[in-house]
Amino acid sequence: MSVWIAIAVTAVSCYAVKLAGLLVPAGALERPRVRRVAALLPVALLAALTAQQAFADGRTLVLDAKAAGLAAAAVALLLRAPFLVIIAVAVVVTAGVRALTG
Amino acid sequence: MAVGLSGFAFGVTSAGSGLTVLQTCALSLLVFTGASQFALVGALAGGGSPFTAAAGAFFLGVRNAFYGLRLSQLLALPRAVRPFAAHWVIDETTAVSLAQPGRRSARLGFTVTGLSLYTLWNLTTLGGAVGAEAIGDTDTWGLDAAGPAVFLALLAPMLRTTQERAVAAVAVLLGLGTLPVLPAGVPVLMAALAVPVVLYGAGLRARSGTRAAQGRPTAARSHEGTPPTAAQEDDR
Repeated sequence: MSVWIAIAVTAVSCYAVKLAGLLVPAGALERPRVRRVAALLPVALLAALTAQQAFADGRTLVLDAKAAGLAAAAVALLLRAPFLVIIAVAVVVTAGVRALTG
Repeated sequence: MAVGLSGFAFGVTSAGSGLTVLQTCALSLLVFTGASQFALVGALAGGGSPFTAAAGAFFLGVRNAFYGLRLSQLLALPRAVRPFAAHWVIDETTAVSLAQPGRRSARLGFTVTGLSLYTLWNLTTLGGAVGAEAIGDTDTWGLDAAGPAVFLALLAPMLRTTQERAVAAVAVLLGLGTLPVLPAGVPVLMAALAVPVVLYGAGLRARSGTRAAQGRPTAARSHEGTPPTAAQEDDR
């Protein structure tokens, strides 16, 4: 049930911000400071989410096969690999390390 | 192409996080903004409450309001159409629309991109979710690494300036540092504080820089060839 509540709240709030952008008069969100915060917010959240999903299990910090997978994905990113390759590298390396250390 | 693959990755990740196929597909149909969906299932898998999980997803979706702002001027949609168009205001439709030379082609680009991505995203989500349920333990196949890898691939192009890298670094410290002590889902929201922290730090540096420049005008002039500072970027 709580999953459905989360889905409903997310669906309504994400739709509301999309619609707000189309409806508010131009200029309301055009101040440099507001734009700057809006541009940096996804950076902060994505960085924290990447780190947490790679290095945490519930509320404990862990260093396991996923960290190796993410490191491999970072290398693929630096080599300008396409999106598919980056994800595939992360998955394959994680599975490989897990199978070896199993 | 990339959307289809990340739709598949989302379906797999969501099913791996314990959501049913129906819940996974409902997210893609009703939310339709990838980063928020990944964030939500990640937070729920970590044991977060539905409201803290939804708050993280909401903050990631805020950027769509700024896309909508630019699109509303560009597309000049009639008021009656806007509630329907709003659902398709995402990174990709904005990028395609802004790349068009005129209003007619921008509207066409928005509609075609929106329709095809919406279809593709939902079909691949379904495929990923059903596939993940079929193979059982997704962790054995390393599929739990798909979520963080998608985030990393989304994040990397955003890290262009020193300020953006500073925000990412502070966010990682806040997100991981508060993880053991705060309720699940809350640490990601704490990481959002990296934005005011870094902007405040940049403001302090700019102010002390201004004072120094006022005291020594010749020294300030010798810095003209250096890259723009964080404070100057604020004015863009």
